[in-house]
Amino acid sequence: MFKKILSLSLALLMVVGAISVLASCKKETKTTAVKAALICLHGDSSTYDKNFIDAFKTACANKGLSTTDYTVVTDIPEEGTACYDKAAEFADDGYNLIFADSFGHEANMLKAAKEFKNVQFCHATGTQAHTAGVANYHNAFASIYEGRYLAGVAAGLKLVELYGETITDENAKIGYVAAWPYAEVISGYTSFFLGVRSIVPNATMEVKYTNSWYNEAAEKTTAQALIADGCKLISQHADSMGAPTACEEAGIPNVSYNGVTGTNTFVIASKINWVPYFEACIDAVKNGTAIEASYTGTIQTGSVEITAVGAAAAAGTQAKLDAVKAELIAGTRKVFDCSKFTVKNAKADESDFSKAAYITMDEEGHLTGYKADVNDDGTYTGETEVIKTANGITYFAESDFRSAPYFDIIIDGIILA
Amino acid sequence: MKKKTADRSTAPEQEPTQSGVKSRFELPFHIVKRPHIAPWKKILIYAIALVGGMLLSSLICAVFSKNGKNPLDFFGQLFNGSFGTPRKSWLLFLETALLLGASIALIPAFKMKFWNLGGNGQILMGCLCAYSCSYWLGGKMPDGLLLLVMFATSVAAGILWALIPALFKAVFGTNETLFTLMMNYVAAGVVLYFRSAWIKNGSGQFPTLDHGILPSLDKYSAALTVFVFFVLTVLMFVYLRYSKHGYEISVVGESMNTAKYVGIDVKKVVIRTMILSGAIAGMVGFFLIARTGAGLSDTSPNNMGFTGIMTSWLAGFNPLLMFLSCFFIAFLTRGMTQVRTDFGFTNSSVANIVIGLIYFCVISCTFFVNYKIVFRGKSGEKTDLDRKLANQVRGVK
Repeated sequence: MFKKILSLSLALLMVVGAISVLASCKKETKTTAVKAALICLHGDSSTYDKNFIDAFKTACANKGLSTTDYTVVTDIPEEGTACYDKAAEFADDGYNLIFADSFGHEANMLKAAKEFKNVQFCHATGTQAHTAGVANYHNAFASIYEGRYLAGVAAGLKLVELYGETITDENAKIGYVAAWPYAEVISGYTSFFLGVRSIVPNATMEVKYTNSWYNEAAEKTTAQALIADGCKLISQHADSMGAPTACEEAGIPNVSYNGVTGTNTFVIASKINWVPYFEACIDAVKNGTAIEASYTGTIQTGSVEITAVGAAAAAGTQAKLDAVKAELIAGTRKVFDCSKFTVKNAKADESDFSKAAYITMDEEGHLTGYKADVNDDGTYTGETEVIKTANGITYFAESDFRSAPYFDIIIDGIILA
Repeated sequence: MKKKTADRSTAPEQEPTQSGVKSRFELPFHIVKRPHIAPWKKILIYAIALVGGMLLSSLICAVFSKNGKNPLDFFGQLFNGSFGTPRKSWLLFLETALLLGASIALIPAFKMKFWNLGGNGQILMGCLCAYSCSYWLGGKMPDGLLLLVMFATSVAAGILWALIPALFKAVFGTNETLFTLMMNYVAAGVVLYFRSAWIKNGSGQFPTLDHGILPSLDKYSAALTVFVFFVLTVLMFVYLRYSKHGYEISVVGESMNTAKYVGIDVKKVVIRTMILSGAIAGMVGFFLIARTGAGLSDTSPNNMGFTGIMTSWLAGFNPLLMFLSCFFIAFLTRGMTQVRTDFGFTNSSVANIVIGLIYFCVISCTFFVNYKIVFRGKSGEKTDLDRKLANQVRGVK
């Protein structure tokens, strides 16, 4: 009797089990639960990292992730294996979507991606995904050069407001605090400079590097040095409040990056809005679809933004920016329009870092061809022709062949100090 | 102003009498140096300081937590960060081992009171040599041979960076503290120079290496490093405690003149010991690069040359106790990264406060190891100890 009851109950149990398994199969609608992690180089005291952290939290909240499903780790250095270790720890802990925000994290992220095939690794500003051939490793950037160009237009209008329609060469000199002398930064300040030149054709720009992404003291002293050199307006591509603070103290207008500084000398800032990318990645993991290997957010996708104009902006700035933005979107204006700048100095450059071998130009010094170092294979040689013509404009096609910028020519009018 | 000085001059006349009439403020306790302390008391004092510091930290973290975490979560996450998965445990031991390496590189010099603050620079030079050998020679020779070359050059560079200040100290009597400290910046400058010369895209990023990577005995490529530095630490203990060299080092540390009169060649000992220091520091640099083929940076040593000073002092210059001090610091560092993440801190400031606080508690408790506090009896009566001290002064037993 006992045996019968036992076997009966066991059979019953099996049936119930089978049904529940089948039922759960039916319920499954092919969506995967997303657990997302963000690895940051610095904390939220860096404007750059704060921009990522805020966007990450917004995107996760928008996509209905609970606070236990996403996490942020800050202050993970680029050197050594810290980033790989952290990414691997996240993968061990069941995270299936891992972001890293700094250029130097790339090698470590790529290594982790090769090891954890079921986890998606997304790396901002990186250069290797399009050639690495690792399916779960992705790069992302935005056409921030468009945003910087617009910020440059606002800066030009400010100069006009301060010094009148015809500006002397002395008053048309601006300064730029730059982090590192590589394409991402060069592309950034060139687009800003071209924006200024679209308003003030005789503008020149002095650029000083800090060789650091986040060094508040160095950024401040560099900005002060530029002001002392006679720069009438300062912009920066570095992550602290160093340059804006120096401008505030000296009463020099400042065009910022990654957000409003809240200072009285603040003109405008451009920034990358990472929310669209984060949301797209979360959706892709949820639905099991592929993430683009090298994603470029644009002004249209909402990835490139300019902030509201600041206290120091010239009157009528917003209207002008709206007009220029419309032209950029329509494609009737190109940021790197080759007819708008010359590269004679770069062609004559004989230093170790010269790009002259990859440049072809016409008699006036306008670019007619350029082989850019798009495939980052460690040889530092240009291999991809990036000059295109569309709508009757010959232009440098930035961020077309990979998301991370590759415009690395020092154009005429930019003075490296 | 005048009144005050007048008060002071008359103060001794108003000394309290035995009857206990107080005429001035007296602290209700004395601080007395301990000639000796029982080991269990010492351990108890450290344990109380550690637990106290952590309790305080857990409260601070809970107060600042952005997502309503409580103090218990603090301890949970501290252990989760250190031991949560096999990977985390291995990385904890790896960090302990590297820190041990940096500490045993400093300890022999410290024992002879040669204040070597240049650990960072010596490690960095080791990193630089290991990296550049692999960067330029990788693929041009067998990996085994390449590893040997990397190892040899790293050790040689570490020795060179330690030997320069040692020679100046031995020959010219130069201040070694400043000299070794400045050598750190020279080393960083050398790395930055090669970075700007070799990395043509201007990004300031040395790429990771494909050649000259040590074999990984385990999944996390940690075991070999852990093994090497754990063994080296024990060997260093034996060397300092039982060898003739070790004895000479301690004599030089106690008194240069004594060393001279007993016939120890002080110059030789200083130079020989710094060669040893530099060699071990260079080795740490080699392992930092060759363990996984990591990229180089001027901050590659992760300040271990300075953290090693703290671990050495905490351990009282005893290599075996350094297992504890290095483990403690590695545990705290790794654990706090996890706490920071879990508590929703998006910058490191709270974590740094907490780590500083715990260090402070542990370091400052050595005061109670060296001194004890003796409370006075009621109404200012002198305690037994006071009487004992008074008797000692008078020469009565």
